[in-house]
Amino acid sequence: MSDVALHTEEHHPFLQHHFEDLGQQHEASTLGMWMFLATEILFFGGIFCAYTIYRIMYYEAFRAGAHHQNWKIGTANTAVLIGSSLTMALAVWAAQMSRRNLTVVMLILTLILGGVFIGVKAYEYSQHIHEGLFPGRLFTYVDEEHPELTKGVEMFMTFYFGMTGLHALHMVIGAGLLIWMIFRARRGDFGPEYYSPVEIMGLYWHFVDIVWIFLFPLLYLLH
Amino acid sequence: MKDAHDYSEHAPAHHITKLPVYFGVFIVLMVGTIVTVAASRVDLGWMNTPIALTIAVIKATLVILFFMHLVYSTRLTWIVVLASLLWLSLLFVLTFADYLTRAWLLY
Repeated sequence: MSDVALHTEEHHPFLQHHFEDLGQQHEASTLGMWMFLATEILFFGGIFCAYTIYRIMYYEAFRAGAHHQNWKIGTANTAVLIGSSLTMALAVWAAQMSRRNLTVVMLILTLILGGVFIGVKAYEYSQHIHEGLFPGRLFTYVDEEHPELTKGVEMFMTFYFGMTGLHALHMVIGAGLLIWMIFRARRGDFGPEYYSPVEIMGLYWHFVDIVWIFLFPLLYLLH
Repeated sequence: MKDAHDYSEHAPAHHITKLPVYFGVFIVLMVGTIVTVAASRVDLGWMNTPIALTIAVIKATLVILFFMHLVYSTRLTWIVVLASLLWLSLLFVLTFADYLTRAWLLY
């Protein structure tokens, strides 16, 4: 009876049948994404916790290790990432305003800025590996002034590669999602009624930005 | 009892953030980054990291509230966000209560 009525009624093509309307669907999607981000917060939180303990245990060595980071490159890359968060937020805005082309442009800009960030990170990694700072068998670095700090520097670099590597992995996944969103935005899927995927993509992207906001001072700025 | 429809009617799902808010937050984030770097160039002893982290917390809060639209989100979303921060603080406080009170770490 009512089932038949529902199916003959005109409804938005992206409204799933188990939701009352697009508003409810949007709310459920957002809440679900935040729940996922809650697990991500605790996932990264555990590593930050470990970092703090080792930083206290190897206080001088962590400072020595951070001196191998180029703070100018780090600062520039932070600006690039914050810029990509702005373009991501503007993509959501453009989708809400039915500005299809602007949505596509903003998503592409976000992808480019994300790509620049990952490219710069790759350059930094190659420099560290060249200097023998990659932990494990490739670690050939010896602290000339304070040889006793060498082991601690290796510990710092373990955290550095672990934390920035995990962050970069999130960026790569985000870039993949962005390509998908660009495709869908071009196809004209989004508008003021339905933009949940762009919104949720944004939540993920901004979360990755927040992780970097904490990583940057903890890995680059220990003078 | 409210049914699902009543809830969705009040869902502020289609709030549109004004552009000046986005650009304003962006500028504050950039200034925050510059202040963080500038503060790190000055030797303040053990205070350097707490200052850097305080700025980072302010920046993260702005991103969560405005870029991630938490300000306009439902109370249920707020509960999830605050609960995750509560759990994060449990993780930190209980772990540090152990590790940071071990005297041998100081030697």
